[in-house]
Amino acid sequence: MADTILVVAEQREGKLNRVSFETIAAGQAIGRETGWAVEVVLPGAGQAAGELAKKAVARVMALEGESLRAYTSDAYVAALKAFIAERQPKLVLFPHTYQVRDFAPRLALALERTLIADCTGYKYEGGKLLFTRQMFQGKFAADVSFGGDAPWMATMQTGAFRGDSAADGTAPVETVAAAESAPRVTPHEVFQEAKQTVDLSQAETIVAVGRGIKEQKNLALAEELAKALGGEVAASRPICDNGWLPLDRQIGSSGQTVAPKLYVALGVSGAIQHIVGMKGSRTIVAVNKDPEAPIFEIADVAVVGDLFQVVPALTEEIKKAKA
Amino acid sequence: MKILVCIKQVPQKDAPLRLNEQGTWIRDDVSWETNEPDAFALEEALRQKEKHGGEVVAITAGPARAQQVLREALAKGADRAIHLEDERFAQMDAANTARAIAAAIGLEDGGGNFDLIVTGLQSDDFGAAQTGVLLAEILGVPHATIIIGIEKTDGGLKLKRELEAGNYQHIEMPMPAVLTIQSGINKLRYATLIGIKQAKMKPLKKLAWTDVEAKLSPHMQRIERLYVPESRKQTKRIEGPAGEAAKQVVEYLKNEARAL
Ligand SMILES: Cc1cc2nc3c(=O)[nH]c(=O)nc-3n(C[C@H](O)[C@H](O)[C@H](O)COP(=O)(O)OP(=O)(O)OC[C@H]3O[C@@H](n4cnc5c(N)ncnc54)[C@H](O)[C@@H]3O)c2cc1C
Ligand SMILES: Nc1ncnc2c1ncn2[C@@H]1O[C@H](COP(=O)(O)O)[C@@H](O)[C@H]1O
Repeated sequence: MADTILVVAEQREGKLNRVSFETIAAGQAIGRETGWAVEVVLPGAGQAAGELAKKAVARVMALEGESLRAYTSDAYVAALKAFIAERQPKLVLFPHTYQVRDFAPRLALALERTLIADCTGYKYEGGKLLFTRQMFQGKFAADVSFGGDAPWMATMQTGAFRGDSAADGTAPVETVAAAESAPRVTPHEVFQEAKQTVDLSQAETIVAVGRGIKEQKNLALAEELAKALGGEVAASRPICDNGWLPLDRQIGSSGQTVAPKLYVALGVSGAIQHIVGMKGSRTIVAVNKDPEAPIFEIADVAVVGDLFQVVPALTEEIKKAKA
Repeated sequence: MKILVCIKQVPQKDAPLRLNEQGTWIRDDVSWETNEPDAFALEEALRQKEKHGGEVVAITAGPARAQQVLREALAKGADRAIHLEDERFAQMDAANTARAIAAAIGLEDGGGNFDLIVTGLQSDDFGAAQTGVLLAEILGVPHATIIIGIEKTDGGLKLKRELEAGNYQHIEMPMPAVLTIQSGINKLRYATLIGIKQAKMKPLKKLAWTDVEAKLSPHMQRIERLYVPESRKQTKRIEGPAGEAAKQVVEYLKNEARAL
């Protein structure tokens, strides 16, 4: 067993996914406490490995092979299983991306290990490594420990560590031949749906509605508030799934990422997949009837109340203030 | 197509949750419901059956109360159900949940022979997003996650996967396969009165802990403690009558945030 932390970086078509740096930052932080060295592996195209080598890590390994050219879960599991089984790191860290969600649990089980998924942090207590993750849709946090032997595996939530806090350095890059396999999955090109008609990333003010709005006709409340503020209306995913607003107004991991001056969230619970799309907003006002709604954790102003009463009153006050 | 749908019972979205005395789990005196994406997985299974014929079987692992999610599935059109019934099924890690479900499949006539197994993409309580993927590994079949479109082809399945930031991808794979379904893939149906009546006559098989115990392994991860997360920000809390609250928000936006 090597005393190393293996960070599994991510690329698509040769382009590095920047969250890889967040995972390196997490690895470095754990490494400082445990004394374990951080190594990085990049499955697939090697050209992005150079960027990773500018960080303070022991080495960067480009894991290359015909079957890794386009992502498939089968090929990634086969290649990383052989790689990890041989190198026996103490800890394997991944960013919690859609791609990682697709293969990492299976990889862990193939190695007869377990994966603690979607972690927001870690704790190193008396020689024991715990990972913190959200449960119950963010209402609680849990500290989770590993029962079995290393390699231990965990995926880190986007935004849990800052990518720009990853320490710089220079690392050697090695190319490693991947174990080949015959994937059962045939991937096709990645594509975007119909063109966007609104660019919310340019909006200075956004009023976002969540399921607390109850019915489509109540959207008018949000529209009036947005109009009073001179902003755009956006929504959480269930609202767009219902077809009440078009998809290009969906905020979150599968929709738009925005950082307006003012973000007003009405009846949005604050699931992490929504928060990643708006937490960079300068001022966040949240209206929710549940005093423990997770959205309040990142809000500057938390209005605990019924949006059907608060919103019309707020629209009136804003009109007055602007008059 | 013979399709298995994995359905978990989770605390209702709006239910106020409280921790147990040890701070290791929630107190379970709350109301429960079907995990949201699992309802979409069931709907998708019913639609595939309506198009291609076959059978839809719903399965849950959980205590007696979890039978409710199976009753609902039967009322919506599932043909039969399997209940892995025991308190201990409620707090298993994803790997053991998958093992228990795999064991139940193995106990079916002819070893199950499901063409397709669908799960939700993640549970509202654990949020592990692992059970379906692990089930595929245990069964040795291919899988795909975050699916928002399913089309049966001659050779197998053509699927639409959701990726980050408005990206999508089509992939193809043979059956049998496990798919994890994203909410919003379809429009949910409601159970009809006739459906609810018929559900009472449909077969519901119960399996006990001892039926699958030999296939489980020691838990490889453990929740040491559960707690309310600390706020990451200085938050100004406003409560009370709407008119007053609105005034305070506007004050804040004008004077402190300078956002008006
Ligand atoms: C892979 C993946 C990708 C996802 N991508 C996205 C994404 O891009 N964007 C996104 O938003 N979600 C996304 N989700 C879904 C996400 O997990 C949540 O399910 C979703 O954000 C919840 O939306 P909501 O807050 O509107 O609804 P709910 O969680 O149902 O919350 C409704 C809120 O309204 C409050 N409320 C109810 N009535 C009132 C009232 N009268 N007054 C005030 N408050 C009230 C309730 O207290 C509650 O907090 C994704 C999930 C997954 C697994
Ligand atoms: N106890 C259970 N019984 C039946 N299905 C389950 C159970 N736990 C998880 N699942 C299925 O696995 C999916 C993912 O759950 P999880 O891995 O906990 O996020 C859920 O959406 C369900 O479809």
